[in-house]
Amino acid sequence: MADKPETGRDDAELRQRSVGRTVPALQEWFVREVLPLEATLMQFLRRSGRSKSDIDDLVQDVYVRVCEAAAKEIPDPAKPFVFTVARNLLIDRLRREHVVPIETVEDLDALNIAIDTSGPDQTLIAREELRRVQAALDRLPRRAREAVILRKIEGLSWREIGQRMGIAERTVNRHLTDAMHGLADILYGDPPDVRRKP
Amino acid sequence: MNDTSQTSRTEAAEWLARRDRGPWSEADQAALDAWQAQSWSNATAFWRLDAAWARANRLGAARRAPGNRLLQAVSGRFMPILFRSAASALVVAAVAGAAFYTLQPGERSYETTVGGHETLTLGDGAKVELNTDTKVRVSLDRRKVWLERGEAYFDVAHDAARPFMVMVGDHRVTDIGTKFLVRQNASRIEVSLFEGRAKLDSTSEWAPQHSAMLMPGDVAVATANSMSVMKMPEKTLSSELGWRRGVLIFKHASLAEAAAEFNRYNRRKLVVEDPAAARLTIDGTFQDDNIEDFTRLAELVLGVRTENRGSEIAITR
Repeated sequence: MADKPETGRDDAELRQRSVGRTVPALQEWFVREVLPLEATLMQFLRRSGRSKSDIDDLVQDVYVRVCEAAAKEIPDPAKPFVFTVARNLLIDRLRREHVVPIETVEDLDALNIAIDTSGPDQTLIAREELRRVQAALDRLPRRAREAVILRKIEGLSWREIGQRMGIAERTVNRHLTDAMHGLADILYGDPPDVRRKP
Repeated sequence: MNDTSQTSRTEAAEWLARRDRGPWSEADQAALDAWQAQSWSNATAFWRLDAAWARANRLGAARRAPGNRLLQAVSGRFMPILFRSAASALVVAAVAGAAFYTLQPGERSYETTVGGHETLTLGDGAKVELNTDTKVRVSLDRRKVWLERGEAYFDVAHDAARPFMVMVGDHRVTDIGTKFLVRQNASRIEVSLFEGRAKLDSTSEWAPQHSAMLMPGDVAVATANSMSVMKMPEKTLSSELGWRRGVLIFKHASLAEAAAEFNRYNRRKLVVEDPAAARLTIDGTFQDDNIEDFTRLAELVLGVRTENRGSEIAITR
């Protein structure tokens, strides 16, 4: 379907085509519009008094539902949609568990509005992005950080990293896997840098 | 309480680690695609880790790149090929006393005329689409392309052992599995990244060295001694590719900019003579060879006057 000959001659068709490549387009949208909301999303879920592992699960479930919907039509803007999904999911959970403190649900409404009025997390210029990534790197466990530096800055292969750090490749795997989880949690899951907000 | 999301995240990291470690074949990619297709939980967990891990590539830009150790280290197996071609270049230069960019045996040169548009398939899953008035030179091993003039769109499959490189002026773009656009005009180079990742390095020996890792949506602008990277919305980016379908797409373009774009594609040139008219802005999509449509619209909407002078069309007020 996406491989039809290119006979289109107008802007609308161009737009349609870019949506036509469903999965890459969806992934690109998800990374650009949804992932940057993770910190705020977690803040929102935390206020409902759920446990840490519960919150991770909820975030993942929100992503699943958001993408299910976005596969049909990408919601624009993303932010209110993501938080509506989160809110409904949370209410479902609370209902199912028969622990429905009414104020919690009301709080959610209040929160929802507050969240929607703040602007979307704008794209960062390269320097700011570098600063953020460096800050995230600094917060990784020492060995994981070393492995990332050797991999991303020195550009070493896994074997070379093992040799340089004097560890088995299996251990390189563990450090780098930890780093992958850690970087995602810090870059997406942590509250945005307060210094940048008025 | 919820096993799937935890399992997805754990498995996503295993996949990402396997890919990062290499070697990574098409069969591996197919297996990863299949795993992602199993559930949105898998897909989103992978995208999330992949995006964060890709963001860490910016760290590569933290350092200046003297001699580009990053590249050499990443592509150990590629170096002998580089040395070999450098050596043969020396031989030819010595024998023929030729200029540095003389065509090497086995290299091929491709060129489009004004208004032309050609697609080269280089094998190895690389496609190069040449826009109007563009010239490229392709190396023997087909993994290196010199953009000597104009604009070209690259769609390249990643091969860790043999990175694909585009040399343009004093700069080099090294792909990491990607779709990107390179444009050279006057003293500046523009690289727009649509998919995947690519690295842009300055290669000049006398100017300060710059380096940037590009992500989808990034547009890098480089001159002899500066480099900047900005993020562009998808719509703006896709309008840069209108030429692939023979259209020019303008969004708040000044008449001067629009005329300059048309002039890249046509022998008959638009000349905006009135400075105030040059600043008027225009929106729309036009066939790149249809100057008449464009001038008619400009007359109608902007209230300018046009005058046909044979080889050029003057726009006045």
